[in-house]
Amino acid sequence: MSASMDSKLIPDATAPGGAPMLAWLLRHPLVRPLAALAVLLLIDLLLVPGFFRLEIKDGHLYGALIDIINRAAPLMLAALGMTLVIATRGVDISVGAVVAISGAMAAILIGGKMVVVDGVSQYVSNVPMIWALAAAMGAALLCGAWNGLLVAGLGLQPIIATLILMVAGRGLAQLLTDGQIVTVYYKPFFFLGGGYLLGLPFSLFIAAAMFVLLAVLMKKTALGLFIESVGINPVASRLAGIRTAALIFFVYMFCSACAGLAGLMIASNIKSADANNAGLLLELDAILAVTLGGTSLAGGKFSLVGSVIGALIIQTLTYTIYSLGVPPEVNMVVKSVVVFLVCLSQSPEFRRLFKRSVS
Amino acid sequence: MMLSLSLRRALRAPWFTSLVTVLLLVVMLVAGAIGYDGFLSPQVMLNLLIDNAFLLVVAIGMSFVILSGGIDLSVGSVLALTTMVAAYLLQSWHWPPLLVIAAVLAMGAAFGAAMGAMIHYFKLQAFIVTLAGMFLARGLCYLISINSITIDEPLFVAMSQTRLELAGLFISPSVVIALGMLALAIWMAHCTRFGRAVYAIGGSESSALLMGLPVGRTKVLVYAFSGLCAALAGVLFSFYMLSGYGLHAQGVELDAIAAVVIGGTLLTGGYGYVAGTLTGVLILGVIQTLIAFDGSLSSWWTKIFIGALLFVFCVAQRVISLGASRGKPVAPAKAAPAGA
Repeated sequence: MSASMDSKLIPDATAPGGAPMLAWLLRHPLVRPLAALAVLLLIDLLLVPGFFRLEIKDGHLYGALIDIINRAAPLMLAALGMTLVIATRGVDISVGAVVAISGAMAAILIGGKMVVVDGVSQYVSNVPMIWALAAAMGAALLCGAWNGLLVAGLGLQPIIATLILMVAGRGLAQLLTDGQIVTVYYKPFFFLGGGYLLGLPFSLFIAAAMFVLLAVLMKKTALGLFIESVGINPVASRLAGIRTAALIFFVYMFCSACAGLAGLMIASNIKSADANNAGLLLELDAILAVTLGGTSLAGGKFSLVGSVIGALIIQTLTYTIYSLGVPPEVNMVVKSVVVFLVCLSQSPEFRRLFKRSVS
Repeated sequence: MMLSLSLRRALRAPWFTSLVTVLLLVVMLVAGAIGYDGFLSPQVMLNLLIDNAFLLVVAIGMSFVILSGGIDLSVGSVLALTTMVAAYLLQSWHWPPLLVIAAVLAMGAAFGAAMGAMIHYFKLQAFIVTLAGMFLARGLCYLISINSITIDEPLFVAMSQTRLELAGLFISPSVVIALGMLALAIWMAHCTRFGRAVYAIGGSESSALLMGLPVGRTKVLVYAFSGLCAALAGVLFSFYMLSGYGLHAQGVELDAIAAVVIGGTLLTGGYGYVAGTLTGVLILGVIQTLIAFDGSLSSWWTKIFIGALLFVFCVAQRVISLGASRGKPVAPAKAAPAGA
């Protein structure tokens, strides 16, 4: 396992110029996801007229690319959190439920009453927005603590531990919203998922900030190394003195925090909280994004950039399918085929079989 | 002293969680009988079986997968795909109904076998392969049609409306099929080589391999059986709903896993009873019936209750297995199971 992963995920140290340089580039872990994204963009360039056109409307950039980035932002966040969880050999399938909970929490706390001030009717929020956002993030963190406790504290299998919240979480979100779709009327809340800063979608800045924060934490501190070592060999890491339980607990907290932020973004973008459908199957897309980005599901080495590219691939794929006029239902079939192919390409057994049949 | 010793022995017995489940079922039934008039009437109990016959069949397949140490997330989608394919073959191609049923059962088994082969031969993780299978099957449903297809074929309608009367009470033919499947599964699990191989693989795959058991064949067969069960459940579901629809049976895989776990099967595999699955399914059914009888609780309480039960049983399993491993005299004291 580790041998195959190493050859794929760690760029070889022997990288002199010339032909070996090319070979080194081709073996770089990000080549495949980037190539996939490039192929998709090429298809869009050829088949979707005006795909790369960017205009400035109402003081911000406007176009298909911006739309893709804006819609991919929640998925990027979820994928970043999921990357760390998968790197510790875990998986978190409660991401969608956490999205629903945090969205519902924010929506019911903000809501929006119409008040007439100085003869002008305007909407005000039920509680100050900052408190509502804090409460929503608090709820998400609580979910993460719950998951972390079950996985790190009790030693349950991650998929089962998070399955509990996946089942019950949507029920809790519906309990919060009383089974209704809660509409938000308070304008400042819409900025989070639909606003623009410096001509670019604000959601992009949130995702970018999270990415930078994470990248610095992983590269400049030993945290990234610890997470990888836990994924590669949990027992050895524990014996080497790493506090594995605390680390795994933190990772699940972080994943839920990312999901909570994504939930706020989604609720703000659709201006309501839908406990039934918000973030539905987002966990699958997040896992898919992580896998597409080259992180092995067996844990260990991970790539944050890869996961972000993976999220972009998924959103571009969705956009392409819509704009080509193919029925959107095909999307699921295509995604599943992609997952099968990526998994097979990661399997050493399959590669051996493939090589043997080629030669 | 004697009492505490025998209690400790009972705690560690393999049938202990199954016993707890049966007790829980009895307690819930008694609570329902006290709280609500007419709750414990025989017909209400039979309705539990009628409404959950398809879930029982799905959960039977899932028990084998979990006993072998795997997991199958695709069953709900395969169920939906079966209803869709059956409806399409009946309504658009006008195939004879028995041929349709045979075709969809073969399709379900082939789908499961393909996933099993990928899991075993390419050493992929069961959850990601079956997750992709889940996407694929749902997507294929929508490729056939986005809308619901109504079935008006006479045999399916007859199966839907027939009531098998016994002593003034009635059950549907689906219940008979589901209970027949349960009997077959219990026989398979406890009286055949296949069943023993499943338990052995769940206990330890490498030991099973060293013992010379056909690990690969068994694993593929387990997923094929799960696919077959999901397809049979799809046939029962189309008897029940008389339609094929891509949105049918959302989240049934979770209910099935919950039923298996609540029924006392250990999630790590190798430990549990197929018969316990019936108790698990009945408990889920009783929760729904209790909420329906109460009337004031909303439907989402079902999800919360199921989640809570799942939690309690997972923790109980974990505590019991930790206790068991500590109790063994040969186990070195420091070698506690790894946290992750």
